[in-house]
Amino acid sequence: MKKKSLYLQIGIIVVALIALFFMNIYMDNYKIKILNLSAIYVVLALGMNLINGFTGLFSLGHAGFMAVGAYTVALLTMPLETKTMNFYMKPMVPFLLNLNMPFIFALLAGGIMAAIFGFLIGAPVLKLTDDYLAIATLGFSEIIRIIIINIQSVTNGSLGLKGIPQLTTGNMSEKLSWLIKIPIRTNLLWAWGIAILTMVFMKVLMNGSYGKAFKAIREDEIAARSMGINLFKHKVMSFTIGSFLAGIGGGLLAVHLGTIDPALFKFALTFNILLIVVLGGMGNINGTAISAVIITVAMEVLRFLDEPLKLGFTTTRALPGLRMVVFSLALMIIVIFKREGFVKSTLEKVRGKYAKN
Amino acid sequence: MLKINDMTMKFGGVVAVNKFSANIENGQIVGLIGPNGAGKTTVFNVVTGVYKPTEGNVEFNPNETGYVISGLRPDKIAKLGVCRTFQNIRLFKELSVLDNVFIGSHLRLKSNLLSSIFKLPSYNNEERQMYEKARYLLEKVGLYEERNEKAFSLPYGKQRRLEIARALATDPKLLLLDEPAAGMNPQETQDLMGFIGNIKEEFDLTIFLIEHHMEVVMGICERIFVLDHGIMIAEGNPQEIQSDERVIEAYLGVE
Repeated sequence: MKKKSLYLQIGIIVVALIALFFMNIYMDNYKIKILNLSAIYVVLALGMNLINGFTGLFSLGHAGFMAVGAYTVALLTMPLETKTMNFYMKPMVPFLLNLNMPFIFALLAGGIMAAIFGFLIGAPVLKLTDDYLAIATLGFSEIIRIIIINIQSVTNGSLGLKGIPQLTTGNMSEKLSWLIKIPIRTNLLWAWGIAILTMVFMKVLMNGSYGKAFKAIREDEIAARSMGINLFKHKVMSFTIGSFLAGIGGGLLAVHLGTIDPALFKFALTFNILLIVVLGGMGNINGTAISAVIITVAMEVLRFLDEPLKLGFTTTRALPGLRMVVFSLALMIIVIFKREGFVKSTLEKVRGKYAKN
Repeated sequence: MLKINDMTMKFGGVVAVNKFSANIENGQIVGLIGPNGAGKTTVFNVVTGVYKPTEGNVEFNPNETGYVISGLRPDKIAKLGVCRTFQNIRLFKELSVLDNVFIGSHLRLKSNLLSSIFKLPSYNNEERQMYEKARYLLEKVGLYEERNEKAFSLPYGKQRRLEIARALATDPKLLLLDEPAAGMNPQETQDLMGFIGNIKEEFDLTIFLIEHHMEVVMGICERIFVLDHGIMIAEGNPQEIQSDERVIEAYLGVE
């Protein structure tokens, strides 16, 4: 039984990877970009779900850790010429100027840097609980952003970084040119490969003893510590891993966008991810992944709301931001009527039907 | 096994427990009784580290060497071998019955986080043993059939037994039971008495319990402490307690 479901999961992953390969060839650029962004949000939302959904810590510091990851990846992958071009206001510190490494190592470094920040911030802040924790993490996330603005010789300040090297299908296209013609553009396999890896990682972690201890803390702190679980240690662990995933997601985002600046990592970004987590269900891995895709696609589909609306006989003025109003309403409705998450409860219903037959 | 020395616990101006001393020998079943609000659960909370006593201390000596445990963190005390159940059941409600017991043995896990993520053989071995132990304990308390149910869906009596199974998973030497028979019918209470005797023998435990059902206390406890308004008013075996005037006074009042 257990073996069977393992094979099933491996099968799904293989099919997904093959499907992604063909999507890369036949879909248009716009859709590829959206799909790529979805994968990044999967990683980010899973990291937040680990902290908020699985361990029950109300943290709102995701954007800060993403910024750490994004800047690390950007600075480590940008070639020398791009760096000198970017830093025209204030020259870059020479030590970083020549530092350069392949994307995958840079991404890992980004994750580790974010994890270090997560650990350093988590250690004092996780003594707090509930709303106080939310306020403190939110504050630290802003502090990270402000620091990035102010260390101009490292991060180029509020000017941001431009020309971060993209991950394209160039290499793949060249190698497989004898077999199939692959257009050169964003390579979906990177982001989705990491998203799938993150999902597997989360499943393994949450089914293990440590993951279960995290859940126990969420369920009942008093009982958990009476059963010998060191609350503080486990909270810091969860927070650090969550920050690591935020750093990875941030790094992928930097590469996806090609341009980053401190304004990107404002508080609103954390809320976008929180929306995904709540919609997908606190403490649900599949639900989070599905809702990340739904939200990212819906954000694009609903773009028409920001433009002048044609309502039959009349046309309204353009109302930029109406899209976000609709999203906020959706979030409120979900929290009121489906607290355990819309996607999660739908998934359970489907599974129930399947089990009965 | 457990020695409480002149322990006083004050909350602001309220003295919940006043100079309570008790000595519990290895392998005994000891009862703590008293009217509502007498400070019984406070004694448990001090022993398990939820509160730090205002005065006095608690010594725990599972073998020859004894050490003071009052003031340690609850998880440290649990690691030393003192585990408890709660008066108002505190299970991990949304988790399965099996996982509840499994988590009980997490504190004995030697593998670190990384070996659990990479599923190293050392970790897998430990995990398998933890599951085996959890299954065994569930069989022991008669909840094996319900192992995949969520904990909150169990009926009350079974939730109590699950809490005991979870506490046993931590490999305790001293088990504190806070009103294990609360809300049980006479038949369930009878079963529980047999059950407590059983686990005491099998797991080589010392048991310290708070209980309001007098037939439980008188039936299984070798020694009994009586608390009233935070003060210990009597101590002795069941016969002595039953005939003690001050105990009768505390429970029934005087004319």
